[in-house]
Amino acid sequence: MRESTVERPSASPGAVHDQSRPDAVFKWLTAACSLVVIVIMAGIFFELVRNSGMAFREFGFSFLTTDSWNPIKGEFGAASSIYGTLVSTGIAMIIAIPLSIIIAVYLVEVAQPRVSRFIGGAVELLAAIPSIIYGMWGLFVFAALMQTHVQPFLGKHLGALPLFQGPPMGIGMLTAGLILAFMVLPFITAITRDVLMMVPPVLKESAYGVGSTMWEAVRFVSLKYGRRGIVGAVFLGFGRALGETMAVTFVIGNSHRISPSLFSAGNTIASSLANEFNEASEPIYLSSLFALALVLFCIMLAFQTIAHYWVTRMQRLEAGDR
Amino acid sequence: MRPRSRTERRAADTAMRVAMVPAALIGIAVLAWILWEVIARGIGALTPAFFTELPTPPGMEGGGLGNAILGTLLMTFLAALLGTPIGLLAGVFLCEFGPSSRIATVVRFTTNLLMGTPSIIIGIFVYSVLVLPFGRFSGWAGAVALAILILPVVMRTTEDMLNLVPDELRESGLALGAPRWRVTLGIIFRAARTGLVTGVLLAVARVSGETAPLLFTALNSFYWPGSLSQPTANMTVTIFNYAMSPYSDWQAKAWGASLLITVSVLAVTVLARFVIRDKRKRA
Repeated sequence: MRESTVERPSASPGAVHDQSRPDAVFKWLTAACSLVVIVIMAGIFFELVRNSGMAFREFGFSFLTTDSWNPIKGEFGAASSIYGTLVSTGIAMIIAIPLSIIIAVYLVEVAQPRVSRFIGGAVELLAAIPSIIYGMWGLFVFAALMQTHVQPFLGKHLGALPLFQGPPMGIGMLTAGLILAFMVLPFITAITRDVLMMVPPVLKESAYGVGSTMWEAVRFVSLKYGRRGIVGAVFLGFGRALGETMAVTFVIGNSHRISPSLFSAGNTIASSLANEFNEASEPIYLSSLFALALVLFCIMLAFQTIAHYWVTRMQRLEAGDR
Repeated sequence: MRPRSRTERRAADTAMRVAMVPAALIGIAVLAWILWEVIARGIGALTPAFFTELPTPPGMEGGGLGNAILGTLLMTFLAALLGTPIGLLAGVFLCEFGPSSRIATVVRFTTNLLMGTPSIIIGIFVYSVLVLPFGRFSGWAGAVALAILILPVVMRTTEDMLNLVPDELRESGLALGAPRWRVTLGIIFRAARTGLVTGVLLAVARVSGETAPLLFTALNSFYWPGSLSQPTANMTVTIFNYAMSPYSDWQAKAWGASLLITVSVLAVTVLARFVIRDKRKRA
């Protein structure tokens, strides 16, 4: 070990030259394996475009803006699915973002280490539960609670708003949004917690030193310092909520109608796909479902790209910490 | 910033401290509630027949989901067999051969995109390349869809874990005259073994609970998975179908399957996280 520091081969492993044949083969093999992901991504895009061609030729751009979805008449429009995807994701994010950040602050700044570890562990387990379990629980347990307590309560006190009108059915847009909130909560919490833990103690101590309260130190120092990382976490949660399938399919009610009430049944792109893909007998029906999938894929690509942009900036910021 | 009185600032601080406890409790409560319901409703269905017998027609009592359990195990195992080696080697490329090269950056970005792609889209993709051309749903297609989900996770953990291995270890191996591939497979993989194994376990545990990628690939079946070129029974799609059915016996079986899947996934996750944490502490 001592000698190795004298005449060291280049510290960067990449700079080492491959001279022997097996090494070149090994390198190309690993390169080929890593290209598999690019082939898959390109393949997904190609297949979705190819198979949705018929729908886009038939309906054109109005596919995105029409909300009629009538397999019998052969009329298909994505508007209700896109609307449902955005609304359910929106509900989830409105609830999950503040809740996750508050939990993360609690775990890092307030809770005893033992309590913090326990709750942190529970939140991580919540992330590991398969989405179909959320669906089962949502349909058989949570929807019943929504129907008997939450929805009548909201209808009674906020019934003046069109958002909370209509019969309490238990299932519907609001229930789906809430379950999505429970599903993305652990992801945002875990990343936010890690980001807050990386805030240099000196910064926080300076805040306390000038007389800040805990919340002021968090708000003006920690959250500001970790802003980018937290925005990245929010984007990741957003992405998960957008594409979540099974939990939503169980509880959203699966109706291709746009209704202003959050109590009424709706659908998302993912839930329409899960429900109808195997039933689509007409080529135009199947092609329209592929077109729906393409829309979801494109929304995802856009959000992932933005999220990636934020996360790399965060990594660059925190590179010194590791 | 507007200057605020000391009472006002204190009040804001106290309000936040008070709000934090119920917020944190929500996280625990949801987990406890889900676990409680899954256990309470599922435990009754877990008879010995549940693990060994075929499903009965609707309305008939008895029977089990032995075929679905076997099918899920088979497809998950095949997916791991398919996705893990590719993921490991791809991770080696990202970490060992030019980690900051242009191509590695592109691959890393694409891996993130693939990780973020909804699993139902993976299912549709596999449907269009492996189900449509052959004209039938198959266990192979299901396994490929799951493998596509495993691949990016294994790539990322492999890269992370290999990065933890100190460069001195690589250098000493190379200095002894060992070729690069032997250093990587014999020394670096061995040093990172625990992390790699747990990373793979986590990925496999995650996909074993996936439903959406199997809906249009493996479909489901009431028979034993005799050949994987046929529609193959699996637990998650069975849960979906049974839960949506009007038969109470089927719904009870769906809860039983939910309990089985939840317990297995959580057990592997807890185990893997425990090992990873232990490893990080020692590293």
